[in-house]
Amino acid sequence: MNRRTGLLFVTPALALFGVFVLYPMVTAFSYAFYEWQGTARGGWAGLENFSALLTRAPFTTDLPRALLHNVLFFVGTMLVQNTIGLTVAFLLHRRARTRRALQTLYAMPYLVSPIVIGYLWTLLLSPTFGPVNTLLTKVGLESWALPWLGDPDTALWVVILVSVWQWIGFPVLLYGAALGGVPEELSEAARVDGASNLQTFRRVTLPLLVPAIGTVSVLTFIFAMEAFALPYAFGGSTGNPAGSTDFISLLFYRTAFDSGAPDAIGTSSALATLLFVVIFGGAYAATAVLRRHEKRITS
Amino acid sequence: MSVVSAGIGTADEPAVDADPTLAGSGGTGSGPRPPRRGATRGRATPVGGRTASVLLWVYAAFALVPLLLMLSSSFRSNGDLISNPLGAPWPLSFDAYREAWTTGNFATYFGNSLLVTLGAVVLSTTVSTMAAYALARGRSRIFRWLESLFLSGLMLPIHLAILPIFYLFDGVGLVDSRMGLALLYGASGVPFSIFVLTTFFRQLPEELEEAATLDGASPWQTFWRIMVPLVRPALATVAVFRFVPIWNDFLFPLVLLRDDSKYTLPVGLTQFFGENATNYSAVFAGLVITTLPLIALFLVATRQIVAGLTAGMSK
Repeated sequence: MNRRTGLLFVTPALALFGVFVLYPMVTAFSYAFYEWQGTARGGWAGLENFSALLTRAPFTTDLPRALLHNVLFFVGTMLVQNTIGLTVAFLLHRRARTRRALQTLYAMPYLVSPIVIGYLWTLLLSPTFGPVNTLLTKVGLESWALPWLGDPDTALWVVILVSVWQWIGFPVLLYGAALGGVPEELSEAARVDGASNLQTFRRVTLPLLVPAIGTVSVLTFIFAMEAFALPYAFGGSTGNPAGSTDFISLLFYRTAFDSGAPDAIGTSSALATLLFVVIFGGAYAATAVLRRHEKRITS
Repeated sequence: MSVVSAGIGTADEPAVDADPTLAGSGGTGSGPRPPRRGATRGRATPVGGRTASVLLWVYAAFALVPLLLMLSSSFRSNGDLISNPLGAPWPLSFDAYREAWTTGNFATYFGNSLLVTLGAVVLSTTVSTMAAYALARGRSRIFRWLESLFLSGLMLPIHLAILPIFYLFDGVGLVDSRMGLALLYGASGVPFSIFVLTTFFRQLPEELEEAATLDGASPWQTFWRIMVPLVRPALATVAVFRFVPIWNDFLFPLVLLRDDSKYTLPVGLTQFFGENATNYSAVFAGLVITTLPLIALFLVATRQIVAGLTAGMSK
C-alpha cells in the first residue's frame, strides 16, 4: 500500500479522534489558565484558578476531604483485590475444568453499570426494607443490622467494598493469565527441593507476578482517581451523608455545573488539570518503577 | 479462530497449556482432583484441594446472589417486597415491568441507549478497521507517528475534558443530541479498536495482498474483500468490548442531554430513582431492564469480552 492510499484510510479515524478527543483534551488544560466570567473567556490568569482551589471556600474544606476519599478508595481497593483477588486466582489455577466457569461468574458484576450497582446496593442495604439487614437479623446478628449508608462513618467503606465486589473478576482474570505464564518447571523444581506450597508461592511465583500486580495497581489507581458514577448513585453529587462519600470527580461536577459561580469554568478546569496531573504522574511513576523491576528479573 | 488465541486471547493460553499438563500427570489424575496423598509430583494438583473448591463456589455465589436478588425482586409486588424482603418471586408478577416500561419511560430510554451505543460501535469499528489496516501495512514513518498518536489516547481520561466537549457541542448544535453522543463515543473508542486491530492485521501474511494486486484488485477491494473477512474475530472482540462501557456510561449523557425523551438508560434510571425511590419493585425492574442486554451479550460473547479484558497483557 502506498503512502497516499494509506493516509486516505487513516483520515476518517484521525478526524474523529482529533475533533472529539484530542482537541477537547488539549483545550481542557488551557481553560484553567484564563479568567472566566460565565462562558466568556477573559485575560490570562496564570495560576490564579489553582490558588483559588487552595484558598477559597468550599474548596478549602471539600478538596482535601475528597482527595482523602480517593486515596482511601485506592488503598482499600488495592488491599482487598490483592489479597482476595490473588488468592482466588491462585486457587483457581490448575483447576482446568471449573476455572473458566468460575472466572465467568466472577466477571458478571463487572458488566453491570456502576449506576445500577449503586442503586441495587442502596436498596439491598436499606434500613427500612433491606434484604441484608433482614438476613442479619434472622441469623441473630441484630447488632450488625445498621443503617450502613446513612452513617457517615460506614458509608465510604460501603462504596469501596461494593466497588471491589463489582471489579474483582478483573484482577482474578489478569492474575490468572499471569499465573499461566509462570513456567511450571520453576515451581516444580522448588517443590522437589522440599519447599511447601506456600513457600513456593512466596519465593517463586509471587516475584514473577510483580509485573501483573503492577499493571493492576496502575489501572486501579486511574480507576480510583476517576470514581464518579458509583459514588453518584450512592450519595448524589454532594456525597451524602454529610460529604462522607464525596470524591474529586463529584466536586469537579458540582463546581462546573451546579455551583453557579461566575468563574466556575476556570476553577473546575484547574481541578480537572490537577486531577489529570495526579493520574498521569502517578501512573507514569509506577510504570517506571515496574520497568526497572522487570529488567531486574529478566536479566 | 486460531487468530484470536494467537493474538490477544491471552486468557485462553493457560487453558491450552493446562490440558497437556493434566494428561501428563498420568492415570492418577482423573480430572482436577488427583489423590492428595502420594501425589509427590503434584504438577496438576489444584492448590487447596476440596476446601478451596467449596470456597471458590461460595465466592461465586457472593458475586451472583445480589444480581439474582435484583432479578427476583423485580417480579414481586411492592407490598410483598416490604413485608418480606427475602421472599420467593412466585407467582411471577410483571406489573413492575409494565410500570417501568410505560409510565417510567424505560421504553424510550432503552431505544435511545440502543441507538447511541450501536451507532457509536459501528462508527468506531469502521473507521478504526480502515486506519488499523493502513497503520499495519504502511511503511512510511508517518504511520509509526500516527500509530503512537492514536495509542496515546488509550490512557487519556476523556471524562476530564467534559467542559471543552460541552462548549464544542454547544457551538455546533450537538448539545441535547443523540447523534452528538454517538460521535463522541465513536471517537473515544478509536484508540482501543486501533490497538487491537493493528495487532491482528500485522499477523496476516503480506502475500495475500500481493496476490490480490497481481489479480488487479484495487487497494479498497483488497481491504474490503480479503482483509476484513480475515479479521472478523477481532472485529467481534472490539465491537462487543466497546459496547459495554458505552451502554453504561453516565457522565456524558448526564451533562450533554437535556430533554428526558433523549435520555439513555443510566440517566433515565437516575431520574426514575429520584422520583420513585420507594416504589422498590419498579426500581428493581428498571435495574433489570438496564442490565439485561449486557447479560444477553455476555452469554453469546463471553469469549470476546474476556479477550478484550486481557488485551495488551501479552505486552
